[in-house]
Amino acid sequence: MLSRTADSLFWLGRYIERAGNNARGLQVALRMSSLTRDAAVRDSAWRALLIATGCAPGFAATGAEPTQEAVVRYLAADPSNPSSILSCIEAARRNARAVRTALTVDMWEAVNETWSEARRTTAATFAPDNLPGFLDWVKSRTVLFNGAYADTMLREEAWRFVRLGTTMERADNTARVLDVHHHAIANADQDGAVAYGQWQAILRSVSALRAYHWVFHARLEPRRIAELLILRPELPRSMIACYARIEETLEGIAAAHGGRRGECHRLAGEMHARLRFGRIEDIMTGGLHHFLTATIDRNLELGRQIQDFYLQA
Amino acid sequence: MTMPSPAFNEMTTDGLVRGPYAEIARWLASAPREALEQRRHEAELLFKRIGITFAVYGEGGDPERLIPFDIIPRILARAEWEALSRGLVQRVKALNLFLLDVYGAQEILRAGRIPAGLVRDNAAFRPEMKGFVPPGGVYTHIAGIDVVRTAPNEFWVLEDNCRTPSGVSYMLEGREAMLRLFPDLFARHRIAPVGHYPEELLETLKSVAPPNCRGLPRVAILTPGSYNSAYYEHCFLADEMGVEVVEGPDLFVEDDVVFMRTTTGPQRVDVIYRRIDDDYLDPRVFRPESVLGVPGLMAAYKAGNVALANAPGAGIADDKAIYPYVPEMVRFYLGEEPLLANVPTYLCERDDDRAHVLAHLDELVVKLTHGSGGYGMLIGPHSTAEQRAEFAERIRAKPADYIAQPTLSLSTVPTLVDKGIAPRHVDLRPFVLCGKEVRIVPGGLTRVALREGSLVVNSSQGGGTKDTWVLEDDPADIPKPAEAG
Repeated sequence: MLSRTADSLFWLGRYIERAGNNARGLQVALRMSSLTRDAAVRDSAWRALLIATGCAPGFAATGAEPTQEAVVRYLAADPSNPSSILSCIEAARRNARAVRTALTVDMWEAVNETWSEARRTTAATFAPDNLPGFLDWVKSRTVLFNGAYADTMLREEAWRFVRLGTTMERADNTARVLDVHHHAIANADQDGAVAYGQWQAILRSVSALRAYHWVFHARLEPRRIAELLILRPELPRSMIACYARIEETLEGIAAAHGGRRGECHRLAGEMHARLRFGRIEDIMTGGLHHFLTATIDRNLELGRQIQDFYLQA
Repeated sequence: MTMPSPAFNEMTTDGLVRGPYAEIARWLASAPREALEQRRHEAELLFKRIGITFAVYGEGGDPERLIPFDIIPRILARAEWEALSRGLVQRVKALNLFLLDVYGAQEILRAGRIPAGLVRDNAAFRPEMKGFVPPGGVYTHIAGIDVVRTAPNEFWVLEDNCRTPSGVSYMLEGREAMLRLFPDLFARHRIAPVGHYPEELLETLKSVAPPNCRGLPRVAILTPGSYNSAYYEHCFLADEMGVEVVEGPDLFVEDDVVFMRTTTGPQRVDVIYRRIDDDYLDPRVFRPESVLGVPGLMAAYKAGNVALANAPGAGIADDKAIYPYVPEMVRFYLGEEPLLANVPTYLCERDDDRAHVLAHLDELVVKLTHGSGGYGMLIGPHSTAEQRAEFAERIRAKPADYIAQPTLSLSTVPTLVDKGIAPRHVDLRPFVLCGKEVRIVPGGLTRVALREGSLVVNSSQGGGTKDTWVLEDDPADIPKPAEAG
């Protein structure tokens, strides 16, 4: 496969996943800010979202105050923000179009229709009354795309690169969501109601609130939340679940290429192994924030290695 | 504003339905108007879903437009097609021999059959190709010959496209759409298939593999990228042939060998079907600022390590100033009389021709010598006095930039338009493949001028397409040439 094709497939997967993650993040922040009368809590919810989506520096450069209106516009619609939902959809479609022949018709239609509907959005789409409907739509479109490629693609190289993109983005997102709230997890003795709201927010951000109850049959507890999101393989968005898939996918590509491997394979294997044999007690003792920032850095490094080995060979 | 003569209607002549259209005429007479509208709508949805678009950037509006598709087919009887295709084969053979000659011994120039200056001072002439014989001795592997018709047995070549002719995907997708929409109509005709075109194209490309190719030739399509107007076609053909569609940066040259960058490392490429212009092929030889091309590609080509289709420099054969001499090429190289007629052409750089053109602007079609796509044309009979004055001025200022031809009364075919079914002017672009042998898939792309009375069929100027049927058996009642019109 052409390196450029692999690159487009990888970023197609990443951008669709990012659009969905941002929609989920916005839903959670909207909920938090509508549940509180405390302006400080409200503002911190929006600030946290900017950090979790990696958009804080870009937003700061616009010079705007992080009000609900400004953050929503920046994360949902701003064309100058490469990670805004509309920018992600545009970028996903651009990548899809560049490799049309590598996609199935169902995948192409999922992306193309999403894109043409997204182009019909107006300022009114992002007004408070319409925003929840828009965010639901984005989530359902990303689920449709993920279903389309899971259901229709040959289990060959093209599928592996899309999947690699999806899971790399997802692993990164879970780590960032958890990290932005690491205080609420690590300092369990702070103000109960606020912390509880944050715990819920973390779980909702990765669609795991119900999952938590099914796994633990117990009240929300910060340590368990961390365990669920980092170490529980049952949760599809947990870091270990993502790394298991990343390693498996990279190994699949290597096997199809006659065993050709590089640093990206070693790194993915090492990260997966750390999670498989890691204990939540040790992670908490060593410092959750320290662990998460290290993971985010390694994730970046893994992305660079994949880029060097496959995508810009 | 009147046409020189009433146009030849390919379906009905003198109130009688011509043989090839018998079934279609019955169908059109019996099908309710709403049913036709419904099918036209379905065809449009089909094309939209598949995403067959023609990208027009920089003109405002939606950059990815759909070319209108008309559901009423254009039909040629087998005998008509066979005569036409013999003429096409002859013409493309002569064009290839001309190219070999002008980049070789230049015998046709030395014999004085074509003015040497017309070739040597022409921007389409590539001195870089002098003395080089492309693999298989072929210059124009894929030629699109634009043919118009004015009477049952009168076909004219309007222009030759020897560089990177496009449109074949519309021919193929148009047929697919018709098969889905009108299976019953197909059952009532024996129509020559066209769907094997990509296979024929791949065979053609493989047959001109370079001398240093070992094993099975690896073919790739080189595209300028997704913003090119024909990008859909590049991907479509690559997909149908099972080859990669590559952009310049996907390729690199090492030791005069071309490789593509893949996830398994570099892979050698033997034959490149390039859909980018000569100017952008290789920044080391042509435009240095080009980022679309591949540095070192020409050196690899000259070293016999890669084949390029079509060959660089093939454009000299389809230049509008050279066009008037194609019949001479047929006589000179093949010793035969041309089977297909040329449209009389005035080269404005010749004094006598220019005087005639300026005196008859209201009757002639004036075209840019190096233009394409229907841009920058004057259609005399449809023009205003101001437009003619403007063109006269331009011709006087830069005579070599213009040619003129009589306004041909292009044949019409019934077409579904807003007001119902009405005749609209058409042309035909058959695609001639030239490798070890010459192959033509029966038919080609029929383009139709959808505006009433318009003679401009280009998709960039409001043209549409039709499926082109070549019947495999001749209807008994096909009118004899002498009785027609």
